Amino acid sequence: MIRRWLPFPLLSAALAAGWLALTGDLSAGHLLLAATLGVAIPLVSAPFLEHLPRVRSPAAALRLLLTVTWDIVIANIAVSRLVLGPTGRLSPVFLRVPLELSNTQSTALFASIITMTPGTVSAVIDTENRELLVHALDCESPDALIADIKKRYEKPLLEIFGC
Amino acid sequence: MDAATLLEWLVALMLLVGSFFTLVGAIGLVRLPDFFMRLHAPTKATTLGVGGMLLASIAYSLNHGPTLHELLITLFLFVTAPVSAGLLAKAALRLRMKSRAPLPEDPASGR
Amino acid sequence: MLNFAINIAFCAIGLAMLLCLVRLVRGPDAADRILALDTLYINAIALLIVLGIRMASPVYFEAALLIALMGFVATVALARYLERGDVMD
Repeated sequence: MIRRWLPFPLLSAALAAGWLALTGDLSAGHLLLAATLGVAIPLVSAPFLEHLPRVRSPAAALRLLLTVTWDIVIANIAVSRLVLGPTGRLSPVFLRVPLELSNTQSTALFASIITMTPGTVSAVIDTENRELLVHALDCESPDALIADIKKRYEKPLLEIFGC
Repeated sequence: MDAATLLEWLVALMLLVGSFFTLVGAIGLVRLPDFFMRLHAPTKATTLGVGGMLLASIAYSLNHGPTLHELLITLFLFVTAPVSAGLLAKAALRLRMKSRAPLPEDPASGR
Repeated sequence: MLNFAINIAFCAIGLAMLLCLVRLVRGPDAADRILALDTLYINAIALLIVLGIRMASPVYFEAALLIALMGFVATVALARYLERGDVMD
């Protein structure tokens, strides 16, 4: 019964909490509306959510979150220097990052993380050849950067989702 | 110095950090020589630029009845920014736009 | 101090928006213009957030949230149009 109406309890709770946070109102009407949304949205989007990988290691997820936040700050400062300095000297490259992740959603998360850390933008997720096409703003040694990206973000993701 | 003053300084600092990176993002948009390089500008403006503003706003609202709107906006921007950047990059690859980095041979690989 | 910082932030964001406008006018391609619009709406969100702090009013956040939603949809639609020649298929 519970499985049927609340297939994703955590998502339901997050949606309801999100609605209450948006309205900033804890009256009965909004509580009812939040509950309705929390039940209805996961049910409607179940076909898409079914294939979501489970988080196996919350600790690793937290570590990755901290790493990404830290990297965003550091990389922002580095990229600011590049942008404000002489732009003629920059040597941008396209990188092909081979993928070990096999799940669509975890790959999308990997690509998003690469884009959000400044200095690299992931352009194309190539599922056929299992690689990401990434544009780097300024890169001396592509192989080192690829190895770094894989070590910093893909390995934790593998640890978190297992696929 | 009491807590309220400290918080105010924190808000001011976050605002300055946020506006600096917003400005740098826009400068990059104008200065960088080709489209793929310019693509890096908005991701920067979103991450630390708007991120700084939102942190400032959250810190500020701690004093004046907290709201979680800021957090929702940040979350939304962090989810959407990579999607729009990726779509734009894909379109530009398909159009084979001018680029200082040598373009990969098979841009069509990403359908 | 806070008012000083808010004024600096207003100036910086205004200048950033002007720079986006420069890119919007100069182009040279449609993709550059879409990118300029994308950055422009993100800067508008930043401006609204600072305005919300200045006026100590939560109304601006609703507006910022709406701009975030609309801006994203617009960018996606424009990018798809650029890639395929139409938005729906």
